[in-house]
Amino acid sequence: MTNALEIEGLTKTYGSGFEALKGIDLKVTEGDFFALLGPNGAGKSTTLGIVCSLVTKSAGKVSVFGYDIDTHLSEAKLHLGVVPQEFNFNQFEKVFDIVTIQAGYYGIPLKKAAVSAEKYLKKLGLWDKRNTPARMLSGGMKRRLMIARALVHEPKLLILDEPTAGVDIELRRSMWSFLEEMNRQGTTIILTTHYLEEAEALCRNIAIIDHGRIVRNTSKRELLQQLSLETFLLDTEKPLSKTPELEGFTCRLDDEGVLEVDVHKGQALNDVFAQLEQQGIKVISMRTKANRLEELFIRMVESSAPEGEAITEGRA
Amino acid sequence: MNAQALFTAYSTIVLREIRRFTRIWPQTLLPPAVTMTLYFIIFGNLIGSRIGEMGGFDYMSFIVPGLIMMAVITSSYANVVSSFFSMKFQRSVEELLVSPVPNWIILAGYVTGGMARGLGIGVIVTLLSLAFTQLKIHSLPMVVVTVFLTSALFAVGGFINALLATKFDDVSIVPTFVLTPLTYLGGVFYSIDLLPDFWQGVSMANPILYMVNGFRFGILGVSDVNPFVSLGMILVFIVVLSFIALKLLARGKGIRH
Repeated sequence: MTNALEIEGLTKTYGSGFEALKGIDLKVTEGDFFALLGPNGAGKSTTLGIVCSLVTKSAGKVSVFGYDIDTHLSEAKLHLGVVPQEFNFNQFEKVFDIVTIQAGYYGIPLKKAAVSAEKYLKKLGLWDKRNTPARMLSGGMKRRLMIARALVHEPKLLILDEPTAGVDIELRRSMWSFLEEMNRQGTTIILTTHYLEEAEALCRNIAIIDHGRIVRNTSKRELLQQLSLETFLLDTEKPLSKTPELEGFTCRLDDEGVLEVDVHKGQALNDVFAQLEQQGIKVISMRTKANRLEELFIRMVESSAPEGEAITEGRA
Repeated sequence: MNAQALFTAYSTIVLREIRRFTRIWPQTLLPPAVTMTLYFIIFGNLIGSRIGEMGGFDYMSFIVPGLIMMAVITSSYANVVSSFFSMKFQRSVEELLVSPVPNWIILAGYVTGGMARGLGIGVIVTLLSLAFTQLKIHSLPMVVVTVFLTSALFAVGGFINALLATKFDDVSIVPTFVLTPLTYLGGVFYSIDLLPDFWQGVSMANPILYMVNGFRFGILGVSDVNPFVSLGMILVFIVVLSFIALKLLARGKGIRH
């Protein structure tokens, strides 16, 4: 299968001497939904900035659908749609104009661009705002506008740098559905996000970057299998007055009377349910206590940190 | 990108630029019209009537070509420098940078947009001047070629300024401290024949002198310098500045990290 994105030995040293990337190797296959995770300053945006030619690389090779950005930049860009982290459109332009002007930069005539703009503005719920200057939009609308703009030329690879930052939960979920649909239709998607729940919900493959190096690049499934322990929250039909005895499992009741059960890798959840049933306890719903990916992420980033450097909450 | 796609990209930039300066016409089109009208009234009519002839023409007729050129120069420059720097400031320049538009199309698009405003202002000022004097054009081709090339040259200059500028102050430094003095000393209001030999020699080093005089030759048929030397100078400047602008774009100066 063709690689939508291939990065080899990518390095970037800024003018200040700061080494943002120290030799990144990455492959994203066509059709993938890929997450690039990492703490602030890890090198995520620099990596994507180089792919989108907003940042100049110091060394290494980058190709998009086989087109090397050093020798076939124009072809590479034609396959690429970019949703940056910061709002980067002219705040005084109207929504429709922003999208059609972007199409024009890709050589798409206005008539055709208008059709494509209408399609994506409708899909993203912005059609009613098409004649509104961008500065009048809410934060969520501005994010959706950037997605519509990135898609207007029908790219095969969509790169989103923290697309749901600052977006409310309802809108975030609707954007997830939209992105999942785009991915089902064949668009390869790469996203960076601080919401690890987002990566867990959407992505099939995940790379974790820290201090300018890829510390892990694997499938989400494989990554999650590394969790040795997970805590499940069980809501019971009747409130429990005391913690039940579950052989082989550690459990406790939280302040609200919800049963917390620690399940180690290799243990079967069925055993928990069977033992509870024997004790006449009926479980009506279940959820995981912590975000599983978040737990792994913290662990990996902590282990990749240079000696003496603490990983604080602020970096995650 | 094929030729048609390149043309679409180019026309997109040009139309967006034209839409921008017409949308904010009170900031872009009105001020030069007001300023030039004041020049015509004060320097042309009130003071000019006491000055008498200059270069064989009444003073009003003498300064009209220079004032038109001054308006074209400042507007062409201002359009590109303010538009492109605003795009940098708002980061909307990234829309262009992620797209496959080649650098030479970006430059051509912005320069054409600057020329559109410069030439539009030129037409407005010319029409206003007709209320004060009669314009008899000596050589229309010379007028057209000179004004087009001058407008292009200063639009390229504005583009370079925008690339190098890192703050809004940098956008106004060149127009205020370089363009305005060079324009005033470029023979807009006087013939350099009035100057002592030394200052005539110094004036010959002012590129704007050649543009003003080339344009004046096209309208009045008189010039302090050979009009074909003027055209040659403008062309050389265009080639050199365009080369510099494309080099800076290729290096990503001021626009890529």
